[in-house]
Amino acid sequence: MNIDSIQRGIVLDHIKAGRSMELYRYLGLDALECSVAIIKNVKSEAMGRKDIIKIDDNISIDLDVLGYIDPGITVNIIENGRITEKKHLSLPETLTNIVRCKNPRCITSAETGLDQLFVLSDRENAVYRCRYCDTPLKTKDA
Amino acid sequence: MRHLINITDLTCAEIDSLLDLADRMMKAPAAYRETMRGRILATLFFEPSTRTRLSFESAMLSLGGGTLGFASADSSSATKGESLTDTIRTVSAYTDVIAMRHPKEGAPLAASFKSTVPIINAGDGGHNHPTQTLTDLLTIRQEKGRLHGMTVGVCGDLKFGRTVHSLISAMSRYPDVKFVMISPQELRVPEYVLAEMRKKNIPYTETERMEDVMPSLDVLYMTRVQRERFFNEADYVRLKDTYILTEDKLQAARQDMIVMHPLPRVNEISTRVDDDPRAVYFKQVRCGRFVRMALITALVHAAEAGADTLFAQEERNEY
Ligand SMILES: [Zn+2]
Repeated sequence: MNIDSIQRGIVLDHIKAGRSMELYRYLGLDALECSVAIIKNVKSEAMGRKDIIKIDDNISIDLDVLGYIDPGITVNIIENGRITEKKHLSLPETLTNIVRCKNPRCITSAETGLDQLFVLSDRENAVYRCRYCDTPLKTKDA
Repeated sequence: MRHLINITDLTCAEIDSLLDLADRMMKAPAAYRETMRGRILATLFFEPSTRTRLSFESAMLSLGGGTLGFASADSSSATKGESLTDTIRTVSAYTDVIAMRHPKEGAPLAASFKSTVPIINAGDGGHNHPTQTLTDLLTIRQEKGRLHGMTVGVCGDLKFGRTVHSLISAMSRYPDVKFVMISPQELRVPEYVLAEMRKKNIPYTETERMEDVMPSLDVLYMTRVQRERFFNEADYVRLKDTYILTEDKLQAARQDMIVMHPLPRVNEISTRVDDDPRAVYFKQVRCGRFVRMALITALVHAAEAGADTLFAQEERNEY
């Protein structure tokens, strides 16, 4: 795999420096057969430094997961060596089975088989609340 | 399918229609004796609450319907390890509407995802209790004649008292409502509730002393200050009497103020206040029965008509 150019695949650009490994795990990229390049601490005019992930296959990526982790990321879809689509992310309205509720009094702690649902309650401050018990998500942890 | 999980599930128009129906039912109960004939209400109380369960059963029986269910988790199949959603799937095959109370927050919402009949949240842990809020709204409207243009004092444990948070969020939707929060420092209304109020420009003030604000109130909503909420015994002893409503303190209140309490009461309202015409907490219990009658009727009729709005069928159903 040539790190500079891929023929067909996905480039995740403008990742906050140092967060690429976290994304790698969230998106389950370790399970892929294709080549994946993680490029850390790339110089960026806008961000100072950034990370980039290049995936040498056009896999389907959960944009909600991505938007939740870092809405600043740009997703470039590559076909025939050229960018055919640029997706800008935003915080998704709902998170389904991305994070778990930590409230021990929440029904999701007792009943198996329920979807873990979080709803964006304050976009400005990126606050999500559990759909079941209204407990806010404290940090972006899985 | 419409359910009632959180008071904010209802639009203001739906709340008004529910309270109107409850008023009519209260005035002429005999006219509604057959309204739910042939329908069955399940009361699934995974956590005991005799008061609330009886209120639902009384409501359904008053409408000519039947009831079945259990009064505690010991007598349900939950003790055999059955999941909540399996219990709900089963019970919704037997009944037309389900009132459930559960110790876990969000359990009624989870139930509503799988139920084929309307779910009414009859309390999920300390989280939501929307029929208590409907009861409170009906009481205020009956006693004061309106829900807007009101100064509402809430007193006691405002930190953990969710009936208060729910009342605030319901009353905040009416114009010109002010709140006065009366509580010890330790039991103040949580910041996220206050932030929400500021965002909506709902005026409020906070105080530690009931006496100072008494003359300004249209409604005084009392709640219990529980000993176990205090960090130390000294604070509890220091503060507990501050939040007991006595005849003396009531002297300063307006003649048309009303005193409410979700009950059960322990000692936060002196029994000598009970005979004061401003004390309406026993009237509240009666309102609870009729507002539940209205709610059951509206939810069952909406479900039977496949309607997403309560009272969309109002003209046809002649209530
Ligand atoms: Zn939760």
